[in-house]
Amino acid sequence: MATKDYAADQSTRPQLRAPEIVMHGLKERPGGWLGWLTTTDHKRIGIMYLVATFIFFILGGVEALLIRLQLAVPDGTLVTPETYNGLVSMHGTTMVFLFIVPVLAGFGNYFVPLMIGARDMAFPRLNALSFWLLVFGGIAFYASLFWEPPMAGWTSYAPLSDDAFLPSGGVDAWIFLIHLTGLSSIVGAINFVATIHNMRAKGMGWGRMPLFIWTILTYSYLLIAALPAVAAAVTMLLTDRHFGTDFFDPTGGGDPLLWQHLFWFFGHPEVYIMILPAFGIISEILPVFARKPIFGYRAIAAATVAIAFLGLLVWAHHMFTTPTATVVLVFFMLSSFLIAVPTGIKIFNWIATLWRGSILMKTPLYFAAALPALFVIGGISGVMLAVFPVDWYLHDTYFVVAHLHYVLFGGSVFGIFAGIYYWFPKMTGRMMSEGLGKTSFWIMFVGFNLTFLVQHSAGLSGMPRRIYDYPEDAGWWGYNLASTIGSFMLGIGVLLTVINVIKSIKSGQRAGNDPWKGNTLEWFTSSPPPENNFDVVPRVRSVEPMKDIRREVQRGSEPAGTVAQPVASGT
Amino acid sequence: MAALVPSSPSASRRRPILLVLVAVLGAVLVLAPSAMADAFTPDSGGSPNADDIDTLYKIVLYVAIPIFLLVEGMLIWALIKFRHRRGGPEPAQIRGNTPLEMGWTAGAVLILVVLAVTTFLYLGDIKNPPASGPDGLAQGVQVASIDQPRPPGSGGKTLDITVNGQQFLWRFEYPGKDRIFSYHDLVVPTDTTVVLKITASDVQHSWWIPKLGGKMDAVPGHTNETWFKVSKPGTYKGQCAELCGSGHADMRAQVIAVSPNDYEAFLERQGRDIETAQEGLAKQRKAGEGPVGE
Repeated sequence: MATKDYAADQSTRPQLRAPEIVMHGLKERPGGWLGWLTTTDHKRIGIMYLVATFIFFILGGVEALLIRLQLAVPDGTLVTPETYNGLVSMHGTTMVFLFIVPVLAGFGNYFVPLMIGARDMAFPRLNALSFWLLVFGGIAFYASLFWEPPMAGWTSYAPLSDDAFLPSGGVDAWIFLIHLTGLSSIVGAINFVATIHNMRAKGMGWGRMPLFIWTILTYSYLLIAALPAVAAAVTMLLTDRHFGTDFFDPTGGGDPLLWQHLFWFFGHPEVYIMILPAFGIISEILPVFARKPIFGYRAIAAATVAIAFLGLLVWAHHMFTTPTATVVLVFFMLSSFLIAVPTGIKIFNWIATLWRGSILMKTPLYFAAALPALFVIGGISGVMLAVFPVDWYLHDTYFVVAHLHYVLFGGSVFGIFAGIYYWFPKMTGRMMSEGLGKTSFWIMFVGFNLTFLVQHSAGLSGMPRRIYDYPEDAGWWGYNLASTIGSFMLGIGVLLTVINVIKSIKSGQRAGNDPWKGNTLEWFTSSPPPENNFDVVPRVRSVEPMKDIRREVQRGSEPAGTVAQPVASGT
Repeated sequence: MAALVPSSPSASRRRPILLVLVAVLGAVLVLAPSAMADAFTPDSGGSPNADDIDTLYKIVLYVAIPIFLLVEGMLIWALIKFRHRRGGPEPAQIRGNTPLEMGWTAGAVLILVVLAVTTFLYLGDIKNPPASGPDGLAQGVQVASIDQPRPPGSGGKTLDITVNGQQFLWRFEYPGKDRIFSYHDLVVPTDTTVVLKITASDVQHSWWIPKLGGKMDAVPGHTNETWFKVSKPGTYKGQCAELCGSGHADMRAQVIAVSPNDYEAFLERQGRDIETAQEGLAKQRKAGEGPVGE
């Protein structure tokens, strides 16, 4: 149904207007693949980000499936303990540093300038540098596969990560990955901050900025605040490993707990770095498909900032089982509780946005609505874990594995998939298949819950994380087998979306400028947007500029019933 | 709420299905704790602190279940009830409702205050070791390491055992002048409060016997502390909970609780065994076979 919704044919678009400024001395841009390698266009960089991070997502996913295969039966013999520890470390590191954080930067790259009505990012060349640093970080890390991968987990706790226990270069490769992707993120974050502060369209005050932009801005400030801590920590680890220092070695007067503090001072804000832009994506999608404004715009924007601020004050809730004074544990329990308040506000605001709407059941909405449904489980288990005496039981068990996947997969990844289905028409000019999309959604949704819901129970019955096998009499077999079956469903679901993307690029239905009747400025330009994004940037008068424009057009000479198209777009 | 909801034939057809679903889910959640308690709650039953952790967990869980049902219920309801219908009216353009938003913010804060207060109520019993029972060993001759100051309020009658995590074994040092030690199996007397002084000699490990209370990290250069008090003889299994290298999954331990008399007999036997082993070692050294690693 609803091909009518997909609006106007490209041919009805107004003709290209004559350029008003003629530029001199410009070299012709190289075409083909060289054009991609040398580009500074934020849209091309954004697409390269999305493609590269999805390749890493597939790699991390294959590692996850190998982990699940090994654990499918008791006393598994598929991989050795060393390989297993390598897989665990690669999977976690890949998903955090090479997929979720940079894929959000990819969306930000493509859509921040478009949503605020800018020509490009503030520093286009710096933007290209960000992307290439990410690629080199990924290559440096994955090159370790040819020697020996890191085996200390994505957290690389000292002293296990010290050269006395893991002398091979794997941990060094991990350190270089943190340095390179960290630089990439900081450079990118500064770029986002400069762009968002300075280049918004006329009339787009702070109170009219799209919520996705609010979350990307917050994401950027959090990266700038948190990354230096981990950069310092991995540099200290590097000198511990190779230059004789003892920052984390108790035999030389160092302290392993210092590593944990430095790592988690970065590591917990990192969680919000990974989740807030996903919140931003669905805060854009839900109102568009409910045909209703976002409920409590100010509350959601304020909650974003509040979460970021509190997110800097909760790091030691990862350290409840370390030798630490009770008063410190109490502080971190209470600060972690506090974060549940702004998060809860967001969830209620999203439900209220859907409430009494006129909800169009399209694939982006499926993924967007799944986010609060799944994230609430991760949020509730997070509050349970914040009760530190309870954490003494649950810490480092599969309950935590389930919790973090409900937050980062149920939250971030479902949000990211919502973003892909929502913005694909803008990026390519074509629609993705609804049937394939919804099939992919349901397989992912069921597979995800099958994989991770039972892991709560595995943890509650005493199964620790990161063990490469377990005896038959432990009673964990059923949970693990269910989890493995679920993980393969999840993999198939993801694969269907990849197929959908590849098919739709070539043969998807033409999308037109504004297939969803969006609220924000990216829908004002053509799909895909021209290199200069906009010939004319309209003055922004509300948080939903496209709604204003459509209303204006309707009030004008347009015959009733046709979908409003922006008058001033070009190619 | 019903007044806000425009009813339609398709919606009323769906309602029974939805009600059944909610009822089934509710029944599962209500009946499950009794039927398959282990799947939804922590293991316990070995030591009072483990039981308290279990109780605290259940309280948090029972607070969480209604919130979970409320959020999921409203979300699913909204997605079914407020679908786009051809020719339906344009939805009201509501942008917010301050009293409502203040209400749910206050509600969330209130729930968290309740959870915090509950935690504080249970914290003392979980954290502080009680005194040993009347039949416990700590009052006897073995009262052991008096060299370490007791935390206030613990009654002073405990048995202190040092736990040392090493790749990939647990080593236990028992109090007393004989410096008795054992690996993997920790033998303890019943009805006695056993305080564990936990450390590690290479990388980080984490001490955890689920039925005997929470886990505590073993960090090189630090001493961490936890305790348990087993009332009936038995074996309690556990394993290292912090990734410590290739043998992490096999770094297991078990606590064997025996009567105080049997405990003393164990110490004596273990002392003799250690002595014999050391004599053998000394002989080997003399014979020039070189040192044998511990």
